[in-house]
Amino acid sequence: MDFWFFLIQVLNGVQYGLLLFLVASGLTLIFGIMGIINLAHGAFYMLGAYLAYWLARTTGSLVAAVLLSLPISAAIGYVIEALLVRTLYRRDHLDQVLLTYGLILIFNEATRMAWGADVHGVPVPEALNWSIKLTDTLSYPVYRLMLSGVCAVLAIGMYLVIARTRFGMWVRAGASNRDMVAALGIDVKLLFGLVFAIGAALAGLAGAISTPITSVAPGMGDSVLILCFVVVVIGGVGSIKGAFLGAMLIGLADTFGKVFVPDFASFTVYGVMAAVLLWKPRGLFS
Amino acid sequence: MSVSPFLFETKELTKAFGGLIAVNQVSIGFKEREAHAIIGPNGAGKSTFVNLLTGHLPASGGHVMFRGADITRLPAHKVARLGIGRSYQKTNVFPTFTCFENCRLAAQSRLSTSMRFLRPAAAYRDISAMASEALERAGLAAKAGRVAGTMSYGEQRQLEIAMVLATAPQVLVLDEPLAGMGKEESEGMVRLLQDLARAYTLILIEHDMDAVFAIARVLSVMVNGTLLESGPLEQIRASKAVQDAYLGDGAEAY
Amino acid sequence: MTGGLPKRLTLILLVLLAALALFPVWGPLAFAAKYAFLLQKLTGIMILAILAMSLDLLVGIAGLVSLGHAAFFGLGGYMLAILSPQYEAANLWVVLPATMAAVAAVSAVVGFLAIRTAGIYFIMVTLAFGQMGYYFFNDSKLAGGSDGAYIYVKPVVEAFGTTLVNLDSKQSFFFVVLGALVAVYLLLRVVLASPFGRVLAAIGVNEGRVRGLGFDPMAYKLVAFTIAGALAGLAGFLAASQYGFVSPAMLGWHQSGHVLVMVILGGMGTLFGPILGAFILELAHFGLEAVTEHWLLPMGVLVIAIVLALPKGVAGLLLQWCGKKGEGGQ
Repeated sequence: MDFWFFLIQVLNGVQYGLLLFLVASGLTLIFGIMGIINLAHGAFYMLGAYLAYWLARTTGSLVAAVLLSLPISAAIGYVIEALLVRTLYRRDHLDQVLLTYGLILIFNEATRMAWGADVHGVPVPEALNWSIKLTDTLSYPVYRLMLSGVCAVLAIGMYLVIARTRFGMWVRAGASNRDMVAALGIDVKLLFGLVFAIGAALAGLAGAISTPITSVAPGMGDSVLILCFVVVVIGGVGSIKGAFLGAMLIGLADTFGKVFVPDFASFTVYGVMAAVLLWKPRGLFS
Repeated sequence: MSVSPFLFETKELTKAFGGLIAVNQVSIGFKEREAHAIIGPNGAGKSTFVNLLTGHLPASGGHVMFRGADITRLPAHKVARLGIGRSYQKTNVFPTFTCFENCRLAAQSRLSTSMRFLRPAAAYRDISAMASEALERAGLAAKAGRVAGTMSYGEQRQLEIAMVLATAPQVLVLDEPLAGMGKEESEGMVRLLQDLARAYTLILIEHDMDAVFAIARVLSVMVNGTLLESGPLEQIRASKAVQDAYLGDGAEAY
Repeated sequence: MTGGLPKRLTLILLVLLAALALFPVWGPLAFAAKYAFLLQKLTGIMILAILAMSLDLLVGIAGLVSLGHAAFFGLGGYMLAILSPQYEAANLWVVLPATMAAVAAVSAVVGFLAIRTAGIYFIMVTLAFGQMGYYFFNDSKLAGGSDGAYIYVKPVVEAFGTTLVNLDSKQSFFFVVLGALVAVYLLLRVVLASPFGRVLAAIGVNEGRVRGLGFDPMAYKLVAFTIAGALAGLAGFLAASQYGFVSPAMLGWHQSGHVLVMVILGGMGTLFGPILGAFILELAHFGLEAVTEHWLLPMGVLVIAIVLALPKGVAGLLLQWCGKKGEGGQ
């Protein structure tokens, strides 16, 4: 394989992995800290994409749209946590699965009602709409590089927040031992609300910034959700480090799967998962 | 190699959780048809020891021998099949099953396999008879039809024992059978255990010293994960070391 | 649960069954022109009821919450599509056992990997494996890819060279499915009362204690997973026979979620509950669809309401009302 072609695939894989990490990190933290299995997490990704599409058309700027969509996603996440998810803390996983499944139906249908069932596209912002020439025939779009950059900065930021701040200390305490949170005298309600809102915002952000490279359609959150479950299963539930590694693994497996076995591209991801589970049934970090 | 005088024994059995050594090189032998109590203060490692003995936890080192065979690495369900029945410190029954069904399920473990799909469990007469016998012995015959979750705490503790009996064990490992029981319930349970001590090899973990002295013939004392002393009841009662470490100030704690 | 239902409840269920079985008699009188459509609708619901019962064995009895059960349903359908000759009818006695055996084999492999995990991992792993099946048929050219595949000639029940039942007849197919529904219910009742069923039910209540008594829970869970998969395959086979069409959506996780809702709505662990759940949910779906094209929205609200207000399902209410025997005193 040509080096430049290989490099492009690696860049694509890393970019996809970083995007998945933004969504999966919220999913894994929400389970690790709150003990909630949240099927509706993919819906926040979809919501972010639709908000970006809608706001970009209204404001004329994708950057403004993405920035505006963030507080909206976070607010919706916070409200859903306060209204519905809160009733689930003492229930078993089955109830959580069903309630959040119901939420997906509502989210999917509500977006269909608001923006129609059509597939929408968002143009790449003018300033970023150019490519870096690698060889005579190959080039790499700058928007994708920037996407990876934004995700990487966020991932590092997340690491610093969790490792260095008081809020991060709560999160670490909660993820390693849920009962400890209350014992440490932390405001549990506030912590849970914040974690859920931040998770929703991160997933929404991932959806918003990926609009120029994907199509915006009802149900688009579902496939991302399933992939993020795979990521979380591989990485180990509750582990941010695991989510990062799992996301990278899945991003690369998916990208290279599409190159080498195009007929079974989506299959490679699950092959990786099955292999990891055979080796470590509880994921890489748990 | 000489034949071991013990039916069941541990050799330098050890369990470490990370840096914490919960059970440290404990060697105890249990003779056939002997009532043997393991006592010691909270955190002495008694429950961990029971979990190692019955395959509920993997050992970090040492051996568990049963009838001369090394069973250290056997999983819990295989240990149970050898005839080593155990009860649990926290009530551990099937709350939605009736008392009888709890015991019948336990007795089912005596079938060569329960992978039988078409004949009703109720049609296995021998199994039902074993279950009824166990209930009878544990004094629960009158409660056979009661749903376990609706019974009193003391009755659930009795059921716990009845289930172990229904598995037709050779060795009974009972983890604090008196835990949480009232005075009257305790007296009934002690009589039951005295009765069982005559028919089975009994390994008893217990805090209640009066009960231990009334039931066991041999005592082993554990402190901080190690075996302090092991021997006949009188010897342990008289032991200065045991009194200093445990019996003396321990008695005030209970 | 000892298996014996209260008398009054048994009576209610038998009356409902009789009403269903006699639908070809009273249906044409009551619905006239709409009869043929409703007959098909009811047949479809009964197929989903079989699927829901098979899932109940896992979720309600063994405590294994699978979110990928539809994969085996879809696989059953695809097996019929793949095994059917293009221009002639397949013989049911050949294709049905072949389908169920193939689906059971796949369930056993998936189950082997999935049951090594527990709780939330099991949910996620079954979900992921279900999607794996979905993408397998969606991406491969094996049977029409994302467009799905048609079964041009429906299977027939043949014996000694003569055709006994032609599944192409809507009415005879209705009775075949009704027979399958009753047979699966009775089979599962028998299995639940057997030593295997007792161990499985005990695993659902307290797995640790089952191990302590000398049973290997993994083996029992794996067999249950395989049985449930094979029965889901049967349902898928029937669904494919009915519509003459299979598509990847049959395997998708929305289908799995939908069946799970049936089980919970009906009342898990009761076997008859999931049947009721299938009827109630599908008829609600049918009714909502007639009112609004955005029926998924009220459906979502309904699902949430069920979780919050009716954790034991319709069967829970019925059992309470009919006085479940054995509980609360002698």
